[in-house]
Amino acid sequence: MTAIIALSLFGISNLFWGFWFPRKVLQILTLLFLAIGIGLTAMDWNHELLWFGNMFRTTNTSINFSLIIQLAAFLVVALSRGFGADDEHTHPAEYYAILLFSVVGAILMVSFDHMIMLFVGLEILSVAMYVLTGSDKRNLKSNEAALKYFLMGAFATGILLFGITLVYGATKSFYISNLANIIAATAPESMPSFLYIGVLLMLIGLLFKVSAAPFHFWTPDVYDGAPTIFTMFMSTVVKTAGFAALYHILSGVFGGIYSTWVLTIYFISMLTLIIGNVTAAYQLSVKRMLAYSSISHAGYMLMTVSAMQSSSTSTVLYYSLSYTLATVAAFAVLILVSEYQTGRKEKPEDYSSFEGLAKNNPGLAFCFTISLLSLAGIPMTAGFWGKFFIFSDSFNRNIIYPVILAILMSAVGIYYYFKGIIAIYFKNGDIEKIEVPILFKIALWFCTIATLVLGVYPNIVKSLF
Amino acid sequence: MQSIPDIIRTIPLAHYILLSSALFCIGILGVLTRRNAIIVFMAIELMLNAVNLLLAAFSSYYSDPSGQIFVFFIMAVAAAEVAVGLAIIVMIYRNIQSIDIGILNKLKN
Repeated sequence: MTAIIALSLFGISNLFWGFWFPRKVLQILTLLFLAIGIGLTAMDWNHELLWFGNMFRTTNTSINFSLIIQLAAFLVVALSRGFGADDEHTHPAEYYAILLFSVVGAILMVSFDHMIMLFVGLEILSVAMYVLTGSDKRNLKSNEAALKYFLMGAFATGILLFGITLVYGATKSFYISNLANIIAATAPESMPSFLYIGVLLMLIGLLFKVSAAPFHFWTPDVYDGAPTIFTMFMSTVVKTAGFAALYHILSGVFGGIYSTWVLTIYFISMLTLIIGNVTAAYQLSVKRMLAYSSISHAGYMLMTVSAMQSSSTSTVLYYSLSYTLATVAAFAVLILVSEYQTGRKEKPEDYSSFEGLAKNNPGLAFCFTISLLSLAGIPMTAGFWGKFFIFSDSFNRNIIYPVILAILMSAVGIYYYFKGIIAIYFKNGDIEKIEVPILFKIALWFCTIATLVLGVYPNIVKSLF
Repeated sequence: MQSIPDIIRTIPLAHYILLSSALFCIGILGVLTRRNAIIVFMAIELMLNAVNLLLAAFSSYYSDPSGQIFVFFIMAVAAAEVAVGLAIIVMIYRNIQSIDIGILNKLKN
């Protein structure tokens, strides 16, 4: 909990340090702040405590989610460079400060015990993301992405709030723990019918945020238009926080009325898998492909959420971690290659600009390959075990057809992830040696090695959760 | 003299729910059909105000202040959101001299 206060103060102080220090120093400072945040979060381990008038609860699960979120933010900051470095109108201090604030929002979202905390956390995260999406002010694509994200995000918040209100009307409480008790203690017949409408609206609001189909339509445009570094942040931090909140709500509050929402979630997860994977296969741009791939991963994660086994928590955590590591590495290589190709190719983010990357940049090619293999779920990578745990959890609950569909859809996934690998190794191109800054190199190799290690020894992390 | 919760309770709760749902649906329709970014924005605010109204009604019906506290949070956060949203709209207006969301289709493939 102290991490929230510390990170907020650090964010504010960052705004002032922007007057005196250049971007490089600010980056190191922000990394330091996030490291302190990670340390403070880890200190609460095994201390289940309530804060802020019982509205905020630290449990080991919430600590794990906060750690994943802060790790992702740490990697994103380490990979950040420029924000359009030579432009006098960019303000790196502001961007780093907003990143820190959004991490605070994400931590609130994973450890709330009261609906106000959920709402405030969600809004802190979202409002910060609207700003970051539009941070490339003169680029019309970035503007459009920011407006779309803002309108859709605010719309989803409205729906979520109406859901919360109806649930409050039915149960007279905003506290997660009270809500679960009240729902368990009341007979289903004597519950007002608008409780179920409220539950459904809350689910819709949260599914908007994690971009599950049919509420995904804003995702590809927003991910495509935002500066790549913030797309990376959105597809890791925002997604993890959204799923943690969804999982917390479904397992904690509405676990008692499992049968009312489970079919909806199945249907949505299957639809998400189909739409995400099939559309991704048609994309020419790697950035858009990764956006659709993030939609399809939302589908896999929804399957775990609905399986509701005792091992589900650790599965969601493991999947978030493996997905975060792989996505960060994939986007990092995308940033380098598209920056190199800007001016050389008409569309620097397409598959065609990756052609021949392996010849002069074997290291980058290796990192990109491992991250794509992990996203596709090939054995020896973390992504394989993530999918394996999800499927075994679902089988334990006797969920057969969604799992079969998910396995089929992973096969589709292999097709479009391997398109990238083929472009790197088997096509001819003329990419020269790309200069990689030292911090960038460390973060990239960290993700790659962690993906491989988790792929060989998944229990190192799985047993922790 | 009647206290305010008593006055609120002279109208049945179902009426509040219907009124707020109607306002909420008008807001949703506005978001889905209007093309002007500012109007869409106003429709979203209408949705939030429907929520506020319903929260206040529930809160006084149940004599439980937490609903009204939530209303304050919604108002404060919505104000922050408006600031960012208007900034985004101004940024777009500077670039394309229009706030029609139909014009913004650069990202569609």
